[in-house]
Amino acid sequence: MGEVKYTIMELMACAAARVLEDKKTVFVGTGLPMIAAMLAQRTHAPNLVIVFEAGGLGPQIPTLPISVGDSRTFYKSFMATSMHYVMALGNIGYYDYGFLGAAQIDQYGNINTTVIGDWRKPKVRLPGSGGANDVGSFCWRTIILMRQDKRRFVEKVDYITTPGYLDGPGARERAGLPAGTGPYRVITQLGVYGFDEKTKRMMLLSVHPGVTVEQVKENTGFELIIPEKVGVTEPPTEEELKILREIDPAGIVLGRAKKS
Amino acid sequence: MAEHGPGPRLSSRKSYTMFGRAPGEGGKMASTIEILERGEGELLGWMDPDDFRKWVRENKPREMVDKTMDIKEAVKKFVRDGDYIAFGGFGHVRISMAAIYEIIRQRKRNLVMAGKTAVHDVDLLVAAGCVSKVEVAYCFGHELRGLSPASRRMVEEGKVKVVSEWSNWGFQLRFAAAAQGIPWIPTRVMLGTDTMRKSSGMVIKCPYTGKPIGLIPACFPDVVFIHVHRCDVYGNAQIDGILVEDFELARAAKRLVITTEEIIPHERIREEPHRTVIPYFLVDAVVEVPWGSHPCNMPYMYYFDEEHIGEWLRLSRTPEGVEEYFNKYVYGVETFEEYLELIGGIKKLEYLRRLEHLRAPLIAPWAQR
Repeated sequence: MGEVKYTIMELMACAAARVLEDKKTVFVGTGLPMIAAMLAQRTHAPNLVIVFEAGGLGPQIPTLPISVGDSRTFYKSFMATSMHYVMALGNIGYYDYGFLGAAQIDQYGNINTTVIGDWRKPKVRLPGSGGANDVGSFCWRTIILMRQDKRRFVEKVDYITTPGYLDGPGARERAGLPAGTGPYRVITQLGVYGFDEKTKRMMLLSVHPGVTVEQVKENTGFELIIPEKVGVTEPPTEEELKILREIDPAGIVLGRAKKS
Repeated sequence: MAEHGPGPRLSSRKSYTMFGRAPGEGGKMASTIEILERGEGELLGWMDPDDFRKWVRENKPREMVDKTMDIKEAVKKFVRDGDYIAFGGFGHVRISMAAIYEIIRQRKRNLVMAGKTAVHDVDLLVAAGCVSKVEVAYCFGHELRGLSPASRRMVEEGKVKVVSEWSNWGFQLRFAAAAQGIPWIPTRVMLGTDTMRKSSGMVIKCPYTGKPIGLIPACFPDVVFIHVHRCDVYGNAQIDGILVEDFELARAAKRLVITTEEIIPHERIREEPHRTVIPYFLVDAVVEVPWGSHPCNMPYMYYFDEEHIGEWLRLSRTPEGVEEYFNKYVYGVETFEEYLELIGGIKKLEYLRRLEHLRAPLIAPWAQR
């Protein structure tokens, strides 16, 4: 039996898709989150309701959208509505999962997508919140997909665009955010992370095949909770890879595994 | 006495405690509203709703008159240097590209731009030097295509100033407040973050729940352009597919220019009034521009021209490239029709129509990385 070849982005997409459940709702952002939601819908979660900030509610996405507001995001959907309507539904508790990307994250899952350096004199200006702050504020469970290294997994983010657990347990509620919400998973090229129930600090759940706990530590700029038993992420199946390559045939987001 | 303060006045105390929670601390109604935090962003686009009412009374005729004109005239008439400007649609979906090119061509300056979800619209206007300040929910990015080289360069070099931050819904709520004539609207997003701290909103202690709640100030843009599928000569407009923020934005605007793929007879509006999303009296000008969202997506009609957007993204890596692009596609042409010929004419447009209907493969040069 030959080994299945896959890219790290394909592995991340699979790990993210598997978190999603059938008959639930998920609010998704541009790129990898879209792909993960599409994969879940085409595998174990056919009744997954995908939600887009610009107004698409429950599409059966035919091909990878370029924008979270383009016509693919309400293709064969059950409602094509407005941003106000979609966001308000989130605020009253209809969205089970939210999918975000991030440039920086800290141990409490606070996210920066606005600026590297000083806000007034930016070293790198990033696009800003977009719908991220909204998703991170009102979705029951937020999943973050991002690259991991010491400049991205940081002690203190340069700017909190989107709330994680802020400065610890109870902080979201104290700030007035909807109770019982917050970051749930972080998925990077190295592993899958959750958040400790009590301290709300980030915790390693599994490392990807071939990745060591030591590598994870070397690429984390804060103190990560590492349990005694750390699992290994299940690699993509051939079926999942086949679907991923239908979703993104040009490898725009996922890249292409080198033939060996 | 607390009962006479600005807090809620309900008929009896019992109705509060029925829900197991009394408003404010210790079950007493708040007699003052406590401000917990003030955003340090610059408050722009705001006015007293009474002033807006007065403005509407004096400047928005209720008479049905033919408002058709060409884009040159509409921009000349309704866009002034220094205006607060916003675009309908979604940054690169259903946007008034004909208006954007004309604003650049007429060399409008010092615009304040609503970076609600701004993508290709803000990128071009910032790169062309038309914008001096921008309020940001989403800017300087091209979604799946990556970051926008030109507008990022302008903001990192300090040539354009980011004056405030918002979330997408936060920004939309500014128009939602304006659209119903109220000075601000409460929100539960943006709380606890720098997005709130760099906005021009604030956080107060809610007199009902006792919890912190955000206040988002209304935004009344000086001028708004919205591209629609069809409308009549008076401005009664229909949009197919998602509305994004346009339902509220149209009412928040002091001046509203509708660009449309098609002008339809007024009788058709009367036959299907449920499809009208913008009524004529909100509208100051109607401009017919078929393919008017090119190179951006127009749902159900044509998809993104990724070859053209790719050309822009490639050229805009340098200031010289930006100049080359504008010289060719904006300053070098007189009209939108001329521009459409330049980008590949009917052959290209037919391809974009097939692409929208999933009958042609996507060609995206930026994807080959």
